[in-house]
Amino acid sequence: MTSMPFYVSPEQLMKDRADYARKGIARGRSVVVLGYDRGILFVAENPSRALHKVSEIYDRIAFAAVGKYNEFENLRVAGVRYADLRGYSYDRIDVTARGLANAYAQTLGTVFTQESKPYEVEIVVAEVGESADDDQIYRLTYDGSVADEHGFVAMGGAGDVIENALKDRWTPGMSLGAALTLAVELLGKDPAGGHDRSLEPAQLEVAVLDRERPRRTFRRIGGTLLRDLLNHTSRVTDAPSVDDATPGHHDILTGEAPRDESTNPQTQRPAAEDDGDRS
Amino acid sequence: MSLGPDAGRLPAAYLAAGSSSFTEFLGAHAPQLLPSGRRLPAGSFEAPHGTTIVSATFDGGVVMAGDRRATMGNIIANRDMEKVFAADEYSAVGIAGTAGIAIELVKLFQVELEHYEKIEGALLSLEGKANRLASMIRANLGMAMQGLSVVPLFAGYDLERPGGRIFSYDVTGGCYEEKDHHSVGSGSLFARGSLRKLWRPGLGTDEAVSVAVEAIYDAADDDSATGGPDLTRRIWPTVAVIDDAGVRFLPDDELRGVVEQVLAQRDGNPGGAR
Repeated sequence: MTSMPFYVSPEQLMKDRADYARKGIARGRSVVVLGYDRGILFVAENPSRALHKVSEIYDRIAFAAVGKYNEFENLRVAGVRYADLRGYSYDRIDVTARGLANAYAQTLGTVFTQESKPYEVEIVVAEVGESADDDQIYRLTYDGSVADEHGFVAMGGAGDVIENALKDRWTPGMSLGAALTLAVELLGKDPAGGHDRSLEPAQLEVAVLDRERPRRTFRRIGGTLLRDLLNHTSRVTDAPSVDDATPGHHDILTGEAPRDESTNPQTQRPAAEDDGDRS
Repeated sequence: MSLGPDAGRLPAAYLAAGSSSFTEFLGAHAPQLLPSGRRLPAGSFEAPHGTTIVSATFDGGVVMAGDRRATMGNIIANRDMEKVFAADEYSAVGIAGTAGIAIELVKLFQVELEHYEKIEGALLSLEGKANRLASMIRANLGMAMQGLSVVPLFAGYDLERPGGRIFSYDVTGGCYEEKDHHSVGSGSLFARGSLRKLWRPGLGTDEAVSVAVEAIYDAADDDSATGGPDLTRRIWPTVAVIDDAGVRFLPDDELRGVVEQVLAQRDGNPGGAR
């Protein structure tokens, strides 16, 4: 007996694919992206220190994702390549979150309609601006739809529940400490209505785009600083504006030994010093 | 040209797994953006050349200094060009040779290091950086044979073996670690002579800066293509200090003090005998 090809309506086909992708995404833990007074905060429930859900793309742009790791990692690397190529062939200032979000949307859309299986991912591309009004947060879903979000986004299994709570409780201009505490509390809520969990710093992946930093604004937050920010009795409500003093890779702020001053790498000497009174 | 259904989609090279090298990505996807990916017409012509770079280690780091002159034949093409750049947080690269290509290579090298950092989430080792630069110079050999050579000097702070280290290159991409101090460019012979007499083990940061500035001064004294400190225009050599706190460039007012001190010592003693 041979199996006959049978007709499946395009509606049904797309619905099946969407259900498939949605189910994959809903299995994962959630990620919250929200604005605070000095930038944009990313909080993910992620016990791994090596397999990141939140990453740097460019000077003022970061990436957060939920879903299948190999698929969003692929998109992250593509985003870094896109941004670095653009910055290299034009200028650093010409790399924008909007351009990257468009490229991702086209890619996800094509994969959704043409390949045998859609990407089971949901991603956020965020760019920190000069002021909170200039911040841009784009949410992209598995089928390539893009939404320009204001203030906050939650994705993953409990995304809808968290987003509803954020609608009531998030306010513009929150301090980093307050925004982080809120995000962590909401990530601990059980969407099925069970007991709330209290998440420990070791279960969290936290990062910021700090608008007041020069050049590369992305920093992860960990160590003592993360514990202090989550602790109501400590007075720490903001990330330090300088990196840790320990020599090494300064992508993480631990607050353990702040440096004298920020030595963010400069491509040249700072411009101000070149504007001397020479003729 | 019709736009297919894939229009706007990120090309396959972006989504390919594997490489964390920006140069390799460019080579596969946009080779025309690589200096080595271009075909050159036959014939020779004159282009601005950068001249002298010196580097010297000190206790806990390394300094790199470059003069500010670019020459084209007997003409001074630029008086205040920067030839020393921060490659990343812990290393600097100085360039001698064809200025246009050299600056393009430095820009590519900076992106290469940052690209690796972002993709891998870790810093490259100092040798790793030095080798990446070597392979870029090697790829430029075709251009070098047509007279567009680039010879960089690379210096950095080694996080694994705390201290400053210096690497020099030849046009074929050979990478050699130098001990204590080194210089490249047209004035390098005079600068090396100067460094040999002035440098000693265990220098402090300020002393090393002063030694580097004095070596540039000596190079400019005997090499017409190297620019000395220009007091009337207030153009000082570019000086980068690299230590466990990263790379920093000395501000103009600090450099002015160093230059004035060197000049005061040379007053009536032009060879700097001591």
